[in-house]
Amino acid sequence: MKRSKRVIPGFGLSMGVTLSILGLVVVIPLASLVVFTAQMSFADIIKTITRDRILASFRVSFLTAFIASLINLVMGVILAWVLVRYKFPFKRILDGMIELPFALPTAVAGITLTSLTADTGLFGKFFGIFGVKIAYTRIGITVALVFIGIPFVVRAVQPVLEKLDASYEEAAGVLGASRSKIFFKVILPEIMPAALTGFGLAFGRCIGEYGSVVFIAGNKPFETEITPLIIMSELQEYDYPSATAIALVMLIASFVILFATNLIQARSAKILKGDS
Amino acid sequence: MDKTQDQSKNAKIVKWLLISISTLFIAVMLLLPLVTVIIEAFRQGFEVYLKAIADEYTVKATLLTLEATLFAVVINTVFGLFAAWTVTKFKFHGKKLLTTLIDIPVTVSPIIAGLIFVLTFGRQSFIYPLLEKADVKIVFAVPGIVLATIFVTFPFISRELIPVLEAQGTDEEEAAALMGASLPRIFTKVTFPHIKWAFLYGVVLCTARAMGEFGAVSVLSGHIRGKTNTLPLHVEILFNEFKYVPAFAVSSILVILAVIVLIIRSVVEYHGKKDG
Amino acid sequence: MYVELKNINKSFGDHKASDDVSFGIEKGKLIGLLGPSGSGKTTILRMIAGLEQQDSGDIIIDGKVVNNIPAAKREIGFVFQNYALFRYMTVFENIAFGLKVQKKDKQFIRERVGELIELIGLSGLEKRYPSQLSGGQRQRVAFARALAPNPQLLLLDEPFAAIDAKVRQELRSWLKDMIEKLGVTSIFVTHDQDEAIEVADEIIITNNGRIEQVGTPLEVYQNPQTAFTAGFFGQTAVLENYTDFHTFEKPNGAEKAFVRPEFISVTKKNEPQKFKSSAVEGTVERVAFRGNNMELSIRANGALLTAKRGLDAAEIHVGEKVDVFIYRLFVTVGEKAVLLENQSAREGSVFI
Repeated sequence: MKRSKRVIPGFGLSMGVTLSILGLVVVIPLASLVVFTAQMSFADIIKTITRDRILASFRVSFLTAFIASLINLVMGVILAWVLVRYKFPFKRILDGMIELPFALPTAVAGITLTSLTADTGLFGKFFGIFGVKIAYTRIGITVALVFIGIPFVVRAVQPVLEKLDASYEEAAGVLGASRSKIFFKVILPEIMPAALTGFGLAFGRCIGEYGSVVFIAGNKPFETEITPLIIMSELQEYDYPSATAIALVMLIASFVILFATNLIQARSAKILKGDS
Repeated sequence: MDKTQDQSKNAKIVKWLLISISTLFIAVMLLLPLVTVIIEAFRQGFEVYLKAIADEYTVKATLLTLEATLFAVVINTVFGLFAAWTVTKFKFHGKKLLTTLIDIPVTVSPIIAGLIFVLTFGRQSFIYPLLEKADVKIVFAVPGIVLATIFVTFPFISRELIPVLEAQGTDEEEAAALMGASLPRIFTKVTFPHIKWAFLYGVVLCTARAMGEFGAVSVLSGHIRGKTNTLPLHVEILFNEFKYVPAFAVSSILVILAVIVLIIRSVVEYHGKKDG
Repeated sequence: MYVELKNINKSFGDHKASDDVSFGIEKGKLIGLLGPSGSGKTTILRMIAGLEQQDSGDIIIDGKVVNNIPAAKREIGFVFQNYALFRYMTVFENIAFGLKVQKKDKQFIRERVGELIELIGLSGLEKRYPSQLSGGQRQRVAFARALAPNPQLLLLDEPFAAIDAKVRQELRSWLKDMIEKLGVTSIFVTHDQDEAIEVADEIIITNNGRIEQVGTPLEVYQNPQTAFTAGFFGQTAVLENYTDFHTFEKPNGAEKAFVRPEFISVTKKNEPQKFKSSAVEGTVERVAFRGNNMELSIRANGALLTAKRGLDAAEIHVGEKVDVFIYRLFVTVGEKAVLLENQSAREGSVFI
């Protein structure tokens, strides 16, 4: 009798179905990672992940992901601004295109970007004139990661900009602030949490990205070999302990990023809810 | 007077400058790759294109991709509907944990997603002897590919539904339940009309991502042509064998799908804005 | 008693939403549950409906203990605060929903819904969707939808909260007439005193999860039993030291006092004041025109009083010194309220 009743029907059923599928698809496989890790010694894990070639791959992965996300942070804010504040022809198509990296298979993106930036490709030829090589270098990896990360910042900033009342800026304008001042002092602080959320999501996605990068990277050890590729080759050699140890580092990194992002997101959610 | 004129002139310059930067960025980073796929696919004419598509291995890879996609879409649809219902229509402890678990598959690298299934069902797993006895092969076989595909596309449908249902609240369902309506009636008559567009988009996005998944499937597939090769893996093989035209021809199928996703997405957004 | 609550307790975490709530309602009455927000009135309504479950105590409807009867089987019509109309159904489908659930035949549904649509005066709008209706029209549809299955009890959660002030007045009398006409026992929740006084046959005042007082609007207004009720109605002024104002007795344990505007008479210095010896001097701080009267804020003995003055009386200006006489006030003794008449007025046997 004490049990509180729920008015809307289906709690038991829907919770049951949800937990069963979640358990089978997500929890059990994740648990097996934990079980497998528990069987390894800490010293072995450290020894594996501090091998020179693996440390080098961390450097490549994190550096290129960071730079690519930084580029997307700037471009994302500009794109969101343009899409929310300006009216111009073909705006809706532009807006729709943003989502392409979510929809296009990574392998297709990978081979396309590679063929465009290889020596024989459109961009490869162009940049070749200046002696810049893109494909099979870290620049190439960064280009692929920029492609992958485009939607994150744009889609995070757009709703906040839409909610930001125009009267807010007008008030600042009436007080005599110049346009650039209004942007940097009034608008930018408001959209920064959302932009950083997008940055975090993009960064998290980029360090784990595989499909679009393997083709363009060239995969030269110590130079253009990314961490996911190392895990892949360890797996192909059936060296599961090494693969798992490296994967753990990646997982911890992405959870830290996710956690930081959630903290920032909670702040921007407050702004979004504020005047709805 | 002069100053305000100056300012609005400056604003115009900034506006068109930003629009140009945005358009150029999207054209180079997104549109050009899309166009490149089509150009490369038809480089040697329509007949060669058709031949590449009708190739025995391409057809087999397509069938396997469709199989994995079908499983992923069906299971994730069932899961998505039940999970969204559970999370948005009831209050319970541990909701945050549940939503975090649901989102894990998109936050881990596809390679790690593949790895955890190898650890769960591979040779070193404690259930491997059982599987062997039952003569079930999962890793480097079709079931592994299917599982990996389900995993990486796991939250796509629930993630589209949850925000819409959250915004809608529980009043209508409470009102219906108070009048004695059953779960199927409440869901089909009251709730579903709210989410039909988001649901459609979720299903299409899930389909596209399932068909295009590369990294996780790559780990679990033995890359056996005609047996465990999906479309993206087939693209990889063709590309690595320098068979560019067939590689892009196969890619074009996936590109068309991506474009459909984008179109549906803007339709959904349009309806969402109209209703909200 | 048709609906009865016995010793109901309900907590949400640390918050006690219902604290030993007991009351009874007669059949056919229109009851207003009145209290400030957070006082637990909506929780009471939702528990009667079965939308929430009490932690302890009994709810009895028509002689049956309904504690374990699910919401859907309690034969209750519920009008939600924001109406909760089905947004993807027409007016007709909204009203017909409850009947369809009960598997009534088509002919019956068509007739009953037609009847109700006529009753609420929305004939011709059957095919509209809620988004195509005004706030007032939506409320009427919500009302008809709740009534369609012929409930024994109608519950309304802040039925006028989402409506423009202008339409609200009209809807209040409409709803009162409608409920009287149909004779269905109804309980509505409101935080608006005027609304409760105007619409309800009987008012139940809630505060901090407890019932403060039950009675007709006139009773609770004229004879507040508790300190809370005394201070809740009207533009009450609080006097911390009411004995500064003359000729009130001081019962044992008396603390502060509440004064309503209509308890105060304000006279200019040159006007006759019958109880001049019992009046005190005050300074006018604010004068506001309120349509059919002037509202004065007067500082006297350190307290700020609100008083009314007719429009035909001589004008009073801000800063003017005036005589203030208080006919009566409510004195609090612990949680209780006691009405005190000014002794000099009593002796003079004046009626107001």
